[in-house]
Amino acid sequence: MSFLFPADGVLMRARGLTRRYPMPKTKLFEPRSYTSALEDADVDVREGTALGIIGESGSGKSTLVRLLLGLDVPTSGTVEFDEREVDARAPARALHWLRRETGIVFQDPYASLDPRMSVGRIVGEPLWALGLGGDGEPGSHDRRARVREVLEDVGLEADMADRFPHEFSGGQRQRIALARALVHRPRVLVGDEPLSALDVTVRAQILQLLGELRARDSLTLVLVSHDIGVVQTLCDEVIVMKDGRIVEEGPTEKVLLQPQVSYTRRLLASIPVIDPGA
Amino acid sequence: MSLEVQDLTIDIGERRVVDGVSFEVPDGARVGLIGESGSGKSLTALAILGLLPDGAHAGGSIRWNGREILGLPDRELAQLRGDEIGIVFQEPRTALNPIRTVGRQIAESVRIHEGLGRREAAARAVAEAARVALPDPERIVARFPHQLSGGQRQRVAIAMALACRPRLLIADEPTTALDVTIQAEILELLLSLVKDDGMSLVFITHDLAVLSQIATHGVVLEDGRVVEQAPVSHLLTAPQSAVTQGLLRDATATLWRPGGIA
Repeated sequence: MSFLFPADGVLMRARGLTRRYPMPKTKLFEPRSYTSALEDADVDVREGTALGIIGESGSGKSTLVRLLLGLDVPTSGTVEFDEREVDARAPARALHWLRRETGIVFQDPYASLDPRMSVGRIVGEPLWALGLGGDGEPGSHDRRARVREVLEDVGLEADMADRFPHEFSGGQRQRIALARALVHRPRVLVGDEPLSALDVTVRAQILQLLGELRARDSLTLVLVSHDIGVVQTLCDEVIVMKDGRIVEEGPTEKVLLQPQVSYTRRLLASIPVIDPGA
Repeated sequence: MSLEVQDLTIDIGERRVVDGVSFEVPDGARVGLIGESGSGKSLTALAILGLLPDGAHAGGSIRWNGREILGLPDRELAQLRGDEIGIVFQEPRTALNPIRTVGRQIAESVRIHEGLGRREAAARAVAEAARVALPDPERIVARFPHQLSGGQRQRVAIAMALACRPRLLIADEPTTALDVTIQAEILELLLSLVKDDGMSLVFITHDLAVLSQIATHGVVLEDGRVVEQAPVSHLLTAPQSAVTQGLLRDATATLWRPGGIA
C-alpha cells in the first residue's frame, strides 16, 4: 500500500533515540556505570507500510518499540508521531492522543488478558479509558456494537464478549488481544512478538489475518519478531538490530535476500529451513 | 540397545491424553516426535523416563533393550535415567539448580552413577564442560547458572545428560527457548555428540525445519495418537496424512524462505 502515500509520509519518526540503564554500583567511589539498551537509533515508519524489527534477545527491539509508543522515557533523542512530539515524561492523560492512534499486541496471550474481566470488557476497555465511542470519535455511543464488530473482524464470534479468557485457547486469546488493540481504530498496530507463543497452524492463521487487516484498513504495522519468515511475509521494510544498535535497514527483500552486513548474513544462515535431504 | 514403545496410553483422571502410541527407536537412530501443543509428544517422552506427573497413569509397554521399563520401581528407574537414558529439557533455567555451581551439577551425575570421588568427579566435570564446548571450562565450572547465557546453560544441561554416556538421549524442545544463532550451535553440538557416541536420539519438536536438521525418522502426533510415521525425507516431500500436510503447509507459510517469496 505504500505507493499510495508520498515518500515523506512519515508517521513515526525517531532521531538519536538512546536508552541507558544504570548498573548496580560495585565500587563505592567509582562513578556508576551504564548499560545501553538502545544507542542512537533513527527510525522512520511511513504511513501504510509494515516495518519489521528483527534481532536476537537483548538486541534492543522491545526497547525501541516501547520508546516509539511513549511507554518508556529515552535517555536522549526524540520521538514524533505525525509531526507531534511524544513526551513520555508527561502524565498518562497527556498521551491519550497517542494511545488513540496506536494499538499494541504482546507475545504472551496468557499474561496479557485480565482473567477476571469478560472478553467484552477486555476488548472494550480502550474505548472507555480513552473516552471514545464505537466510531473512534469522542463520546460513549455504540461501544458494545463496536466490540462485537471487532471480535468478528479478528475471526471470533460476537457472542464471545460474554465469556472469560480462560475459556479460550492460545490462538483465540491472541485474537482477543488483537481485537483489543484494534477496537479504537488506531492508525498504527504494534506487535511485540505477537506470533511467537503460538503453534504453527495458529501462527499461519494470525499471520493471514494481519495481512488482511492491513490491506483492508491500510493499517500501519510495526512488527517486532525474531521469526524472520513472518517478517518476510508481512513487512515492506526491515530493521536489523544487534546490541542496541541498528546494523542494517532497508526494503525487506533487499535486506533479507542480499544482506550487506556480516551479522545479518550470520543471523539468516542460522535459521533452520525445511531440508528433506539433511 | 533399542527402544520399543507399544500401544502406550496415558490417562490423566478420566481423560485419555495419549492413546495407543507405538514407535521404535533402533540402536543409533534419531527419531523426532512432532506435533502441536497438547498432541502428547512431551508426555510420551516423560513416560519413557518414568517421570509422568502425579495423577497421570501410563498403560501399554515400553521396552528398553528388550526389558519392560514401564512400571519399574522408582529406584530402578532412577538408575536407568542418567546411566542409560539422558534427558535435556526445553528451559535450562529451570532444569539447573540456581544455588549450585555448574561444575558440581555436572559432577553430581557421575558421582551418583559411576561412584567417583569428589576430586575425580570435579576433574571429570571440567572435561565434560570442554566436551560441550563451553568456553574456558576450568573457570566456568565454578560459576552459577545465572552467570551464564541461555545457550551456555543449555550446554551445561547437555553435559549433565551425557556425562555418564547414556545410550539414548531424549531431548524435549531443547532449542525452543534459544535465539536462532544459538539454536544452530546447539543443534550442531547435539548432532555431533550423538553421532560420535553412536547414541540413539528421541527429539521432540514442533518445528519441521528443526526436525529436518536433526532426525532421520519422524513420528507425527495429534491428539495423543500417531497419525503418521516415516523417514523425515518422506514426511517432508510426500506427507500422507492430512495432519502432516497441514503442518507442512502452515510451517511453509511462516517460514523463512532464503530464495524469496515465489
